[in-house]
Amino acid sequence: MFDSPSQVATELARVRYLADPATATTVYLAATLEKPLLVEGPAGVGKTQLAKAVAEATGAELIRLQCYEGLDEARALYEWNYRKQLLRIQASAADADGAAWEQTHDDIFTDEFLLTRPLLTAIRRSEPTVLLVDEADKTDVEVEALLLEVLSDFQVTIPELGTVTAVRKPFVVITSNATRELSEALKRRCLYLHLDYPTPERERDIVLSQVPDIEPALAEELARTAATLRTLELKKAPSVAETIDWARTLLALGIESLDEEAIAATLGVVLKHHSDHGRAAKELGLPVAGP
Amino acid sequence: MTLLDRHVGFVAALREAGLTVSVAEGIDAIESMRAVDLLDREQLRAALAATLVKRQQHRPAFDTVFDVFYPPVTGESIVPPSDTTPPGRDPGAAPRGPLEDPVRDRIRADLAAFLRDGGERLLEVVAREAVAAFGTVAGRTPGQSSWSRMSVLERVSAQTLMAGLLEQVLAGQDRGGLAERRARTVINERIARFENRVEVDVRRRLAEQSDADSVARAAARPTIERVNFLGATRADLVALRREIQPLARRLAARLAIDHRRGSRGQLDFRRTIRASLSSGGVPVTTHHRPRRPLKTDLVVLCDLSESVTSFAHFTLLLVYALREQFTKVRAFGFVDELDEVTRFFTPGGDVIDAVTRLANEADVTWLLGRTDYGRALELFASRFPDAIGSRTSLLILGDARSNYGELALPRLTELAGRAKHTYWLNPERRAIWDTGDSRASEYGAIVPMVECRNLAQLGEFVRSLAE
Repeated sequence: MFDSPSQVATELARVRYLADPATATTVYLAATLEKPLLVEGPAGVGKTQLAKAVAEATGAELIRLQCYEGLDEARALYEWNYRKQLLRIQASAADADGAAWEQTHDDIFTDEFLLTRPLLTAIRRSEPTVLLVDEADKTDVEVEALLLEVLSDFQVTIPELGTVTAVRKPFVVITSNATRELSEALKRRCLYLHLDYPTPERERDIVLSQVPDIEPALAEELARTAATLRTLELKKAPSVAETIDWARTLLALGIESLDEEAIAATLGVVLKHHSDHGRAAKELGLPVAGP
Repeated sequence: MTLLDRHVGFVAALREAGLTVSVAEGIDAIESMRAVDLLDREQLRAALAATLVKRQQHRPAFDTVFDVFYPPVTGESIVPPSDTTPPGRDPGAAPRGPLEDPVRDRIRADLAAFLRDGGERLLEVVAREAVAAFGTVAGRTPGQSSWSRMSVLERVSAQTLMAGLLEQVLAGQDRGGLAERRARTVINERIARFENRVEVDVRRRLAEQSDADSVARAAARPTIERVNFLGATRADLVALRREIQPLARRLAARLAIDHRRGSRGQLDFRRTIRASLSSGGVPVTTHHRPRRPLKTDLVVLCDLSESVTSFAHFTLLLVYALREQFTKVRAFGFVDELDEVTRFFTPGGDVIDAVTRLANEADVTWLLGRTDYGRALELFASRFPDAIGSRTSLLILGDARSNYGELALPRLTELAGRAKHTYWLNPERRAIWDTGDSRASEYGAIVPMVECRNLAQLGEFVRSLAE
């Protein structure tokens, strides 16, 4: 997929994802060693975006498995289409005689009646594919075991059909917010990347690439303010996505310099807790807005 | 030494530092080394980190060991700064005063340039020069020399550059405002990077003197979850407070899952029949109504005397962050007087405010300001007789050091008898219980006493409590 880590960085930059050298190297390794990539980090630092950017940069299709509590095999891997199978049985029962059953039995367990879910879809595709398993920490342990099985050999056994082996291994990205530790077994099979908040310099570049109309000086101030906010002990530190929203807000309002009044007026874009507003106002010496 | 030997030693040192590295991961690491450009040190670092470190808490330990095993340079790769003549000074000029040190001035000037403008390359050079110039200290045996980080940082004293830099950066803008705050953040972050780099370079030089293994072993620090509450530094305390919220979130998520699992209540007839339609009227899977989760009241009684105050704060903060897991939480603080402190922890309130207000406003000292467990228990029973009911869990936090005063054991027995559960969390090591004025085993005979010295133990305990 890629020739070198620096090529990864340029390709990702082309689709407006600015990766630091560590991220680029890890993505390159995941592609070269054909191993799943586990990305952890606080909310809103661009974990999901990384998978999307890789898909866009390599021209691969993105297949997404959004994890949630209660996700099961039928939603993640495959399911038989019961209704259609029933119809098929009833249709054949109309011209029923004993020998037809054997025929029907073989008929109803074929591709036609198989509903493929994201994991199986990703494995069966012959074109380049990026499989995104989003928020893997939200699922139950059973699904994790399933992931482990699928991702270590890239094959799935369907009792009625036999074993399906990947024609072409997909590039797998698993993201996690670390609300719970993923199992050691899963981690062992993955490459691990921790994404953290970017340095002010990188964040400025990110803002500039996402909101090209903004003045560089304002982007710089914005990135530094975001970094300052993150040093306060807040309930929820501003994410990169929120900084970008902030930049768009300032642009829309025509604000050219990020002084105390401007921050106080637009702080709601980045801080979403009342107590965080209080803390930021106190620490940064902002004029208090409202009661 | 071959690269493979180096790698095996590296993995062994990582395991020594507390990381779990499997054999398979070690092999993955070698594969990854073949894929990257070995001459690019940061690429190598990223490759090894991706394959060997699977938990962010282990990253600092990894970086420490990596810097020792794969140093950027060996020996003196630059001209020692003492050999260069400072510019603009005639060698034959008047002798310099003892306080004047051209090397120090030049290094500080370079450092100031880095703090103002940034730049990896400059940082690298300044840190290395500073260590070369000021890092040598006398070794353990005469005639031997060693390297010290403190010595470098003291001589360079980066913080004293702050005022001058702020003057330059702000250039006419208002002091004390937002601009200053922003500039300070950036400079402080760069100072931290400089100090870190100095530490790395000192460690590298030490490793060259002895062997890499022992330096790596000495340098690795405990992860934040294992930091002892009572011995925590100021920086540790801030880091610990940051950990409270994520820990509470993790705990809450796990508790919620545990509540739901295995809680199959009554059969939900309607949903079962509806679901059976898709399997031709046969109820293949049954559906059940969720069972109502059992929640308990929680009463926390905590010692707020100087010796254990940081521990009490963390426990209170964690308990309050987990409010949703309990029906009601009430907290009482005491030294030799008792006061209800529930009011400091308003929902959505500010953590730091709560802690400072608790320290300043809570009315917990009476005469001497020495912990008196006996008096506290008596006061609690007489003033808040209705605080403890049959569904209440009572949690007592303290080191059980009552300054040889009354113990009020019968009163505690009575309270524990009324509550559903009673636990005592003690922030001291089990080995020093019952030494001096500690009465741990006398109280421990009445209520189960649990050792709780760090966040990991605290998290484990709270989890068992809410179940």
